[in-house]
Amino acid sequence: MNTEKQIGDVILEVKDLNMGFGHLHVLKGIDTVIRKGEVVVVIGASGAGKSTFLRCLNRLETPTGGDILFHGESLMRAGHNLNHLREKMGMVFQQFNLFNNLTVLDNITLAPRIVKKQKPAQAEAEAKKLLERVGLADKASAYPSQLSGGQRQRIAIVRALAMNPDVMLFDEPTSALDPEMVGEVLDVMRSLAESGMTMVVVSHEMGFARQVANRILFMEGGRIAEDGTPDEVFGNPKNSRLREFLGKVLH
Amino acid sequence: MDLNFSFLPKYWPMFVNGAKTTLLLSLATILIGVVVGVFLAILRLSKWYPLKFLERFGLRRAARFNPLSFLSAFYVEFIRGTPLMVQIFFIFYALPQMGLRFPNITGLGFDFPRFASGILALGLNSGAYIAEIVRAGIQAVDRGQTEAARSLGMTGGQAMRHIVLPQAFKNILPALGNEFVTLIKESSIVMVIGITELMFNTSQVYSSSYRYFESLIVCAVIYFVMTFTTSRLMGLVERRLRADEH
Repeated sequence: MNTEKQIGDVILEVKDLNMGFGHLHVLKGIDTVIRKGEVVVVIGASGAGKSTFLRCLNRLETPTGGDILFHGESLMRAGHNLNHLREKMGMVFQQFNLFNNLTVLDNITLAPRIVKKQKPAQAEAEAKKLLERVGLADKASAYPSQLSGGQRQRIAIVRALAMNPDVMLFDEPTSALDPEMVGEVLDVMRSLAESGMTMVVVSHEMGFARQVANRILFMEGGRIAEDGTPDEVFGNPKNSRLREFLGKVLH
Repeated sequence: MDLNFSFLPKYWPMFVNGAKTTLLLSLATILIGVVVGVFLAILRLSKWYPLKFLERFGLRRAARFNPLSFLSAFYVEFIRGTPLMVQIFFIFYALPQMGLRFPNITGLGFDFPRFASGILALGLNSGAYIAEIVRAGIQAVDRGQTEAARSLGMTGGQAMRHIVLPQAFKNILPALGNEFVTLIKESSIVMVIGITELMFNTSQVYSSSYRYFESLIVCAVIYFVMTFTTSRLMGLVERRLRADEH
């Protein structure tokens, strides 16, 4: 599928991104672009800065230097417009973060209603369509506490999709799941990629990365140490740290 | 020792009126206390750093100074660190000396400035305690809930209103119930400025009937009925809210 995909205009442009917490320098100058239709999987050891990088992309973390352009607009200078930019960037978290006080349907329709000012009936109709797509139509009136991890994460994906985003960010979406539930979430992500969604995925799922990604970013010590197609990165790793990393995770 | 309740028929209205006043006093205080408490908690947790520019000069501590949070914390510490009696006297006697007094609204059937001073003092006092309860309740809501809301484009206010506060409310309900019960009991202290609530009226009854033991027993039972009912009601609300989700 990688070859058939239409890769288009630049959606996100990351320029010399730096991030420090106190004495810790987590990101040390990241430069990259994400184009429309790309599926970029970010891999690397714990502490390499993968999650921080992803969380900077919608400014859940505020970088200490550099800039991020979303459709050419600076996130660093966005001010109140930041909320409007975030509407177009879906985010899926490791811990799902479904709203505990709301039903599944309200989880999905809340932001379309209060942020995009959609009519409740329209928001509900779209939510139900999306729920159908991930096979959870019967859970509309359940509360998150009544669902399994895999179900929660699929709902979380639907919640982000309901805003009709231009790019989806995934922060280790399967790391908190029991092994038997990883597959159902990866299936949803795979079909999303096939539908042409632009995705940036931080993941340890090397099989998924190899099959679905157009590009792999290998992060090491707060930098992008290698950037290439899955074939290049897995087949012919140039960086010695990448070879070491792959040796550990692929056996 | 012999108990003699024969004074009761004559003095019963004193207890009833006192209890009514105590309830009214508590209800008004709770309203003020909750409003003040939520307001203080939101100030305390606000993220306004007007001195942020000092970061450039290496003054990290000063740059992190949040005046709203500081004021809220100071208020809470000050109120909790001084006797309620001092606060009541301050509002009832000291403020009028400075020319700050409640207007004398007549025709209500009670002394408005006196009553209002008592309610204000109790409300401002319990607001400080409720602020700490609300703050803890908000902080107990997982950060991921706010992050998810913000990632969907909600403003901080929308995330607070639709996601954080409803969950915080559920967290704080038991502690809030305790505070309400405490408040009903502590409202008895406003007898010192002559508000004719249950404790004040009880003192009137025993000073004219000389039936101390019996009067205080009746008074205690009435207080107990009020507090016990309140805590039962709060428990009921709590169970209702939890039943929603499971």
